Amino acid sequence: MKKKNKTLNLNFGPQHPAAHGVLRLILELDGEIVEKADPHIGLLHRGTEKLIEHKTYSQALPYFDRLDYVAPMNQEHAFALATEKLLNLEIPIRAKYIRVIFCEIGRILSHILNITTQALDVGALTPSLWGFEERETLMTFYERASGSRLHANFFRTGGVHQDLPTKLYEDIDKFCDKFPKTIDDLESLLTDNRIFKQRNVEIGIVTKQEALSHSFSGVMLRGSGVPWDLRKSQPYECYKDLEFKIPIGKNGDCYDRYLCRVEEMRESVKIIKQCLKNLPKGPVKSIDGKISPPSRDELKDSMEALIHHFKLFTEGFRVPAGDVYTAVEAPKGEFGVYLISDGSNKPYRCKIRAPGFSHLQAMDYLIRGHMLADVPAVLGSLDIVFGEVDR
Amino acid sequence: MFIKDIQELEKAVNSELASKIKKSTISFNEIMLELDVENLFSIVQFLKSNDNCKFKQLIDIAGVDFPERDKRFRLIYLLLSHEKNLRIKLCIDFESSKSIPSIVKIFPSANWMEREVFDMYGIKFTNHPDLRRILTDYGFKGHPLRKDFPLTGFNEVRYSEKEKKVIYEPVKLEQNYRNFDFESPWEGTKYLKEIKKKSNNEKKE
Repeated sequence: MKKKNKTLNLNFGPQHPAAHGVLRLILELDGEIVEKADPHIGLLHRGTEKLIEHKTYSQALPYFDRLDYVAPMNQEHAFALATEKLLNLEIPIRAKYIRVIFCEIGRILSHILNITTQALDVGALTPSLWGFEERETLMTFYERASGSRLHANFFRTGGVHQDLPTKLYEDIDKFCDKFPKTIDDLESLLTDNRIFKQRNVEIGIVTKQEALSHSFSGVMLRGSGVPWDLRKSQPYECYKDLEFKIPIGKNGDCYDRYLCRVEEMRESVKIIKQCLKNLPKGPVKSIDGKISPPSRDELKDSMEALIHHFKLFTEGFRVPAGDVYTAVEAPKGEFGVYLISDGSNKPYRCKIRAPGFSHLQAMDYLIRGHMLADVPAVLGSLDIVFGEVDR
Repeated sequence: MFIKDIQELEKAVNSELASKIKKSTISFNEIMLELDVENLFSIVQFLKSNDNCKFKQLIDIAGVDFPERDKRFRLIYLLLSHEKNLRIKLCIDFESSKSIPSIVKIFPSANWMEREVFDMYGIKFTNHPDLRRILTDYGFKGHPLRKDFPLTGFNEVRYSEKEKKVIYEPVKLEQNYRNFDFESPWEGTKYLKEIKKKSNNEKKE
């Protein structure tokens, strides 16, 4: 008697803890083998791009915190760089260093979350408990710099909102001294862990060619052995003055991507250390009164400052017409902003290029032929955050 | 990325594809090629495979809506070459009735990007394997990023205790969305101008 094979359709999500947000994944299963995956996204779509078209440049900036809410300031950075490029504005050197410090803190924030939740998805609880303690410390740094833990709105066009409190520099420095130990601890739990390796090694392999043609960036690309990091290849801010290495994977599987992320955290700590050591003195935002708002003190006794303040917070500044694309190396990959200005005080069009969008797109290619249990492992290593995928 | 490399790239591309490119410009250290819709597919293929270019990665496809123009829509293709460390922008302008050749065959990642453009602008792609909406709700009507689509949208959803399910209703706002015109306080804002114009016309009549 011949047995008839019937495929089974399985609805994974949109409320599944291992889907890392609101992903609805429709899987076609033959037994336990995945034959096809069709991700349905957009459940968190908030129309960010449309909203930005109706806001002035300074009002549009906070929307970027809400994209990849795991590392908010990295997103703001791309938009700030885009407006600065259109305005042809050079920001003060101290602002560049502060930006880099917080971008790297964002990278650590994101990588801790990803590594520990990936471990959680394959059955390890402890790393997330240890990792989240460190995340809390880092978010306190965010809070002390900007006033809020997540939606910072700290990188403004022309620099950063304000200088950091003196004590904060010391505390970040102390954190950098002790954090590598935490990474070692996390590694002792995972790197040689038999179960973790069984679940991740040779799962979700991406070849170099495929990684390129699927528009992968960031760790997804480096995990497959492509030496490409925007901080090195198209350096922005002060990255070319800093010394750091770009970890590269060999096999392009989930495990290599995990290793890359761990090494990147170590490099980030080194970058922060260097920035703190070489931090130059000076202003933290552009001294151009037409772009950056005056301080509260000035408002009290300077008519000019008062006028600038009023104009900046009603009309906002105007940006010369033109179109630019700027990209930063966000923790998840190349985060880009394509900005078209028509010369008014609002962006005519702001296209956001989120790295997670292309990564999730390749889900079907990555998971085909794998077991059902590998779905969370692959999804975890893609580092998906729905804020940026759905926008 | 250095300006010299970009100029060299512009020269190389222009000499190879002279007749197919309408215009090439460099601004803000970025190169933009304006093309006809018909040539898009072949030029993308050329840029991907040519040894001087090697644009092996499609970064994004951005749609733009210019409602006042004859050629209403514009698509911008952003490409990246890892080997040459260069970026390039391709741009096509076309009427709203036109279908665009899909480049999924060249870049598999164009699949979702084109779906997004279709969803947001209603631009159709020929030879696309799976042209469905992607970001908006199931059964959504309209194309949100067109300039004539209102910011507040048309429908809102809420959970109805009576029907025990989520229901769709037309948007009801306590206060309509107010779009202030802050641009020129001393010249008289736009709506004031319009009121003035109206009253002047009425006087004439």
